[in-house]
Amino acid sequence: MNNNRRAFLKFGVAGAAVLAGLNQLLKISPHEFNEKLTRRVIGTGRLGPEFARNRAVMPKANGLVGLDEEIELKDWMLKIDAPGASQRIMTIDEVKSLPRVEMTTELMCVKGWSEVVHWSGTPLRHIAPPSAPEYVGLTTPDESYFVGLDRESALHPQTLLAWKMNGAPLTSEHGAPLQLVIPVKYGIKNIKRIGSIRFTAERPTDYWAERGYDWFAGL
Amino acid sequence: MTQTSPKPKHPLAIRWFHWRNFPILSLMISSGMIIYWANDAYIQFPEWFYEKAGLQFRLAEGMSYHFLLMWFFAINSALYVSYTIFSGEWRELVPGRDALKQAFQVVLHDLGIRKEPLPPAKFNAAQQITYTGVVLMGLGSFLRSLAIYRPVQFSWIAQAMGGYKTARLIHFGLPLGYVGFFGRHVTQVVRAGWANFRAMVTGHE
Repeated sequence: MNNNRRAFLKFGVAGAAVLAGLNQLLKISPHEFNEKLTRRVIGTGRLGPEFARNRAVMPKANGLVGLDEEIELKDWMLKIDAPGASQRIMTIDEVKSLPRVEMTTELMCVKGWSEVVHWSGTPLRHIAPPSAPEYVGLTTPDESYFVGLDRESALHPQTLLAWKMNGAPLTSEHGAPLQLVIPVKYGIKNIKRIGSIRFTAERPTDYWAERGYDWFAGL
Repeated sequence: MTQTSPKPKHPLAIRWFHWRNFPILSLMISSGMIIYWANDAYIQFPEWFYEKAGLQFRLAEGMSYHFLLMWFFAINSALYVSYTIFSGEWRELVPGRDALKQAFQVVLHDLGIRKEPLPPAKFNAAQQITYTGVVLMGLGSFLRSLAIYRPVQFSWIAQAMGGYKTARLIHFGLPLGYVGFFGRHVTQVVRAGWANFRAMVTGHE
């Protein structure tokens, strides 16, 4: 039975090596690999499915970081920065005068729930500079919540600066006066109460990425 | 003691495909449960279970593990299926025409109702149905994992399967089948005895 003992020993040693390798592997983050694979192979450009308007419901008001400050909606301004250009400031009426899009899409939370919601807004690409750099960063006015986006996802036709949810103006807890709606990303990227938008060549920091979640968070 | 030349049973490739599943599936299911905890919509496991199993407040970590190991699980499974196809071993694994009837005889035999031995074969009909079934379940899991991993890019898969929420429910449900398979598998291995278990390590009966 020597053969058997040798075979068991070989399997034991090789198995321990595999487990040790796996253990090392678990220390690396798969996010960068998955992001590259998505951007280069799977793609990021497809349109998210749209639904009948009557399927829309009110989603939970999750994620209240950045909404603590009391703000006067009439004093709200959107600051836009791009390399080589001076800061542009827009009022909510100026944003609302841009071409308007209505869509009913599925909002998907990183926690696993999803809801169909109807949105009114304008595609973010209408405020983008002609040759937009690699990334876009958005923050709340108090800068306590912030998200980073890759250019393709930010300029995706369904990525909206939205001011209405299910036909009614956004409530404060849903991000009045303007929130980002981005069906190609998890809900964590749908930043509420946008204060500033920055087009940048450097990858912006991201609130949830700093807490271990995938920076890309693509769907 | 005389040394008898051992009878080969499982090729090295099959043994590796088999055992690699053990750590990979354990980690896939445990990280899956960490993700499930964040929204336990289908079955509410008791709070003490989540706590004792260390599944709480680790969503980011769970997603990282799940989205790393899924590639190893998918690649190992795809190599296993290709191997059985190219080596011709699929013939021993895919159930034949009378498999259901024969599998019923296997059940009767295992329950001690049928006394005469089963016809000799590497895998009996019940095993063939189970082993092929679990591969088909794996394929179902793979398609649904694409549908919920990149639900916009693969929305056509999600829509063909009843939408994102349904894909997610079935993606959660199929592993219950794997756990059932595992429990049953271990019971049968214990019943079959040491020589059978040893063959999956050494390759010889």
